[in-house]
Amino acid sequence: MTSIEAQVLQPYKYGFVTDIDSDVVPPGLSEDVIRLISTKKGEPAWMLEWRLKAYRNWLKMAEPHWSNVKYGPIDYQAISYYAAPKQRPALESLEQVDPKLLETFEKLGIPIEERKRLAGVAVDAVFDSVSVATTFRETLAKQGIIFCAISEAIREHPELVQQYLGSVVPHNDNFFAALNSAVFTDGSFAYIPKGVRCPLELSTYFRINASSTGQFERTLIIADAGSYVSYLEGCSAPVRDENQLHAAVVELVALDAATIKYSTIQNWYPGDEAGRGGIYNFVTKRGACRGKNSKISWTQVETGSAITWKYPGCILQGDNSIGEFYSVAVTNQRQQADTGTKMIHMGKNTRSTIVSKGISAGHGQNTYRGLVKILKGAEHARNYSQCDSMLIGDQCGAHTFPYIDVRNSTAIMEHEASTSKIGEDQIFYAKQRGLSAEDAVSMIVNGFCKEVFKELPMEFAVEAQRLLGISLEGSVG
Amino acid sequence: MTGKGKRETGNMLLQIQNLHATVEGREVLRGVDLVVRTGEVHAIMGPNGSGKSTLAQVLGGHPAYTVTVGSVLYEGKDLLALKPEERAREGVFLAFQYPVAIRGITNAYFLRSAVNAIRKHRGEEELGPVEFMDALEEKLKLIGWDDSYLNRPVNDGFSGGEKKRNEILQLAVLEPKLAILDETDSGLDIDALKTVAQTVEKLRRPDNATVLVTHYYRILTHIQPDVVHVLSAGRIVKSGGKELALELEERGYDWIREPATVA
Repeated sequence: MTSIEAQVLQPYKYGFVTDIDSDVVPPGLSEDVIRLISTKKGEPAWMLEWRLKAYRNWLKMAEPHWSNVKYGPIDYQAISYYAAPKQRPALESLEQVDPKLLETFEKLGIPIEERKRLAGVAVDAVFDSVSVATTFRETLAKQGIIFCAISEAIREHPELVQQYLGSVVPHNDNFFAALNSAVFTDGSFAYIPKGVRCPLELSTYFRINASSTGQFERTLIIADAGSYVSYLEGCSAPVRDENQLHAAVVELVALDAATIKYSTIQNWYPGDEAGRGGIYNFVTKRGACRGKNSKISWTQVETGSAITWKYPGCILQGDNSIGEFYSVAVTNQRQQADTGTKMIHMGKNTRSTIVSKGISAGHGQNTYRGLVKILKGAEHARNYSQCDSMLIGDQCGAHTFPYIDVRNSTAIMEHEASTSKIGEDQIFYAKQRGLSAEDAVSMIVNGFCKEVFKELPMEFAVEAQRLLGISLEGSVG
Repeated sequence: MTGKGKRETGNMLLQIQNLHATVEGREVLRGVDLVVRTGEVHAIMGPNGSGKSTLAQVLGGHPAYTVTVGSVLYEGKDLLALKPEERAREGVFLAFQYPVAIRGITNAYFLRSAVNAIRKHRGEEELGPVEFMDALEEKLKLIGWDDSYLNRPVNDGFSGGEKKRNEILQLAVLEPKLAILDETDSGLDIDALKTVAQTVEKLRRPDNATVLVTHYYRILTHIQPDVVHVLSAGRIVKSGGKELALELEERGYDWIREPATVA
């Protein structure tokens, strides 16, 4: 009669579909489809060429299956690679935006208007692959900051895009990155000029809406010498029966003494309790600390998706550069996550920190996979890794695969790992002080994740804690 | 049970009748009878394995223990029908023999969550962090702590003695009607024992009661029990005044142990 039993999760709270006519390209992928996407986006010729190059490479590549996740075959010809709301609103003011879109944002708890006023967050809202609202552009423009949809950047700032796109994640980096390079339809672009500290936290909300439309976002952020930027990415998707592929690519470039802080809350539809439906979240995220004394910090809270496959990494090229990865990954019901990071030390005195918290409940399978590589020239590199796993119930699994490759004897490596089971005694203790079972679990789990949450910007941290509570609701009887 | 006359004026708070309980299929309590009135302090003593801690856990509602026979009335209501959190909100507090650590959650946050869960249950307004801190100051003084303990994670990295003191801090903050202290005195040095015992004494009121589960006489030099019970083989075999505790201290438990039950 043990009280800790995996039970039924309450229905996904953000499961609704907005009824907006979408301009959807018929399913299937070919050079013609890529040409069509490029034309619809009004892209220059070099962009189309790059896409086609990626596509031709992709054709020769095989879908990777080394990760610790299981899923049925994906029919890439059954996916529609482009969907845009037909009624494309003007970007200058929110009043011109389709009210249904705004309603959707409200359901998601993203009052853009309020955020504009109260939180001072500039939101580049991506809705079904097309940006519909961009705020605070003037404030940012005054400082020379560019923050816009990537398709706009391709048209308006081709020199920057051409210089940096694919410079961190090449068009043929891996199967999913190549696919993304060929067909990406939108995403964000940010450029922070030399010495500028971005006064706002840049924020994008992604949302998959049209049925059977894969989402292929491409984000590129460049922090020029001495600049600072904090970027927030949050996701939520409506209920779907069929699996939906999400293969995004994020590239970050930090030049001399620049800092990029990239925070993600991922809450895509995880599928139902039997494991039907749910998003396949196959993402390539990588940052290059190209300059001396530069820093890139990834923080992620992954609670959604049927399958998560992502390894936000840092290439520490510049001397004294710093890479950080803070992660909370939750798998409940039939969710599977294989996530971690790659820290590639190239420069001297480079440092990296990895803190990973995996929580498994229900039948969830949670894998940490991380690579720390110290190259020959990386004198006095240091890495600290900490991987903690927490199990709730006895049907779930936690797995840890740390890979370490050291080619310089001056390196200092530290690795700590722990696995704990959320105990009946812990829950009883909290209950005996008057807390409900759910509050007790939420408190214990939040405490477990605290080292990661403290890295998140304030509003995001609050949201993350709430989300964690929702994700684990009903996991303890 | 003999005792001072004032006891008789207290209200019936806890009434245990013929309580039998098992853990992992093994019967540990075999017919406990106990009456506790408001204003009283009861000490329950007994040798190892006699069922003292089981009694405390059963009253707290630990899911690993199953009540097979008997009843427990708390303020006239069926205590066993309540979930552990409901018991807590109704004023039953169990100080744990082995307090549990909760990483990443500060003592202050934990305490406030507990206080607010109870306040909410009573239909009172929940306390914000600032108001709560004000109320906490004097409680901290009671156990001789400064507020650095409030920002430490709950029992994480605490010494055995600190954990026990923390239980008493929670007791002082939550002010339950019925406090069950499960071997709170074990593992304490003399000074800590004195602080803990004095705090329990200070928290004594005509409208609350304490059940003290203990191995040792020494805590009773600081706390005046109204009744001392001896638990042996899952049953209360003898009750008396403080002098009984003293006698146990001198003679041990053998003379009082029930003869082994014959199958």
